[in-house]
Amino acid sequence: MISYGHHRYPGRLFVVEGTDGSGKSTQLQLLYQWLKAEGYHVFFSEWNSSPLVKDTTKRAKRRRLFTPTTFSLLHATDFADRTERDIVPPLKAGAIVLADRYIYTAFARDVARGCDRAWVREVYKFAVKPTVAFFFRAPLDVAVDRIESARPRLKYYEAGMDMEWSEDEADSFKIFQGKILDEYDHMVSEFGLTVIDGTQAIRTQQRQMRELVSRYLKETLKEKAVPGR
Amino acid sequence: MKEMKFYGTALPGVEIEPYSGKLIVIEGTDGVGRSTHVAILRTWLEAAGHAVLDTGMTRSILAGRGIKDARAGHTLGGLTMQLYYAADFADRLQNQMLPALRAGFVVLTDRYIYSAIARAAVRGADPDWIRSIYGIALVPDAIFYLRVRSLEELAGRVLASGRGFDYWESGMDLRLGEDYYDSFIAYQKLLLREFDRMKGEYGFQTIDASRPVRRVAAELRRSVARLVEGEPETRISLSAKENLSESSPSAKDGANVKSPEVKEGSKTESRIESKSA
Repeated sequence: MISYGHHRYPGRLFVVEGTDGSGKSTQLQLLYQWLKAEGYHVFFSEWNSSPLVKDTTKRAKRRRLFTPTTFSLLHATDFADRTERDIVPPLKAGAIVLADRYIYTAFARDVARGCDRAWVREVYKFAVKPTVAFFFRAPLDVAVDRIESARPRLKYYEAGMDMEWSEDEADSFKIFQGKILDEYDHMVSEFGLTVIDGTQAIRTQQRQMRELVSRYLKETLKEKAVPGR
Repeated sequence: MKEMKFYGTALPGVEIEPYSGKLIVIEGTDGVGRSTHVAILRTWLEAAGHAVLDTGMTRSILAGRGIKDARAGHTLGGLTMQLYYAADFADRLQNQMLPALRAGFVVLTDRYIYSAIARAAVRGADPDWIRSIYGIALVPDAIFYLRVRSLEELAGRVLASGRGFDYWESGMDLRLGEDYYDSFIAYQKLLLREFDRMKGEYGFQTIDASRPVRRVAAELRRSVARLVEGEPETRISLSAKENLSESSPSAKDGANVKSPEVKEGSKTESRIESKSA
């Protein structure tokens, strides 16, 4: 039975979650630099990066082939490949794995698109349970402002245009992000997500993050301690 | 018209409404002649005036090419493969099969979710997990399970087709044998066990596929005729096509025979089991 839910791997898995514009990627990048500087063996795994699935996803987005179900399943395929390739092996080898977006992104987005809550959770049952899952919470208007000022144009699926909630891209994006934020809020207690207030100063957030992460670190996770190096 | 019934939760965005078509599944392990029989049935149904859609695994616009590329690389992990197939299936279900069924087509599908479930189970996936994923599947109108009497026969058929042994059909990713042949036999044996387990669960109609193609085709035709019957043009064309059945009972008589395939299936099963024991 392949289920990594309650693994006992020597490595650690830290993931960041949040709506677009919540600042989570910035925070993960800073955490990465810090862990590297401290001498830890760190692996970075990004959402939507499987070499086996990337081209299919890109093409489907370009040609607008997705339905909510196929969007969900293809992202799950991508995630499965990353789990098998980029997440489980480094964890077994005793490394620290950092993931920008994890299964909670899928739970939030797919349910916002109308997929059944229980079904989506079942699809991702094979996922490794993170050591800590950070949820960067920013109020809707703050997140939307950040994205709109940073990006000249939203992409079709990113704005949730496939759901036909609104003809207007900016409106559609707001509706979609609102639904996603609701789902995240539900998941805080369901999965024990660690909430970080994304409106605080970047350095403050990073300090909170490092403080929590450091509780799970040990000397054995450092590079020189990894066998064969 | 028939109500749409799904194994689990239906796909979002799909209106559950009665449909006038028929969803007919041809299942079975590699090399049992599924595609041959889909082609024969299609020709016959179209001659009888039925619009037909035929589909099969990895034939989706969404994921078909991606799966083929991933298989070619031989680096596809077990979980990834199962989910890729599920994405392919969901795309075909929503964009091909359901619209065709609503429009009154006979949909012939070369494999359905059962092959996917069998492959996943053989690779150690949680049986409940893979079944939940495929809860989005529509319950078909009929599932014909083509089954041959021995594994050696399957291997013989694969060779006779001129394709030779394929990496994935031989389950080489599972490292079950030293070479393609040994692995093929071991892998297909495991698959067969999974299929046999699903027979009762999903209500397969077992068809003894070790008989000559035209006998198997005649049996399939009789069963399919029963399904689409009530449509006058089918009855007319059945009597016109009787000569195709030759040695088997005529198609019209066939409609009165009480599912001979069930008995044959159980006989076949005991034969294989004694062989592999």
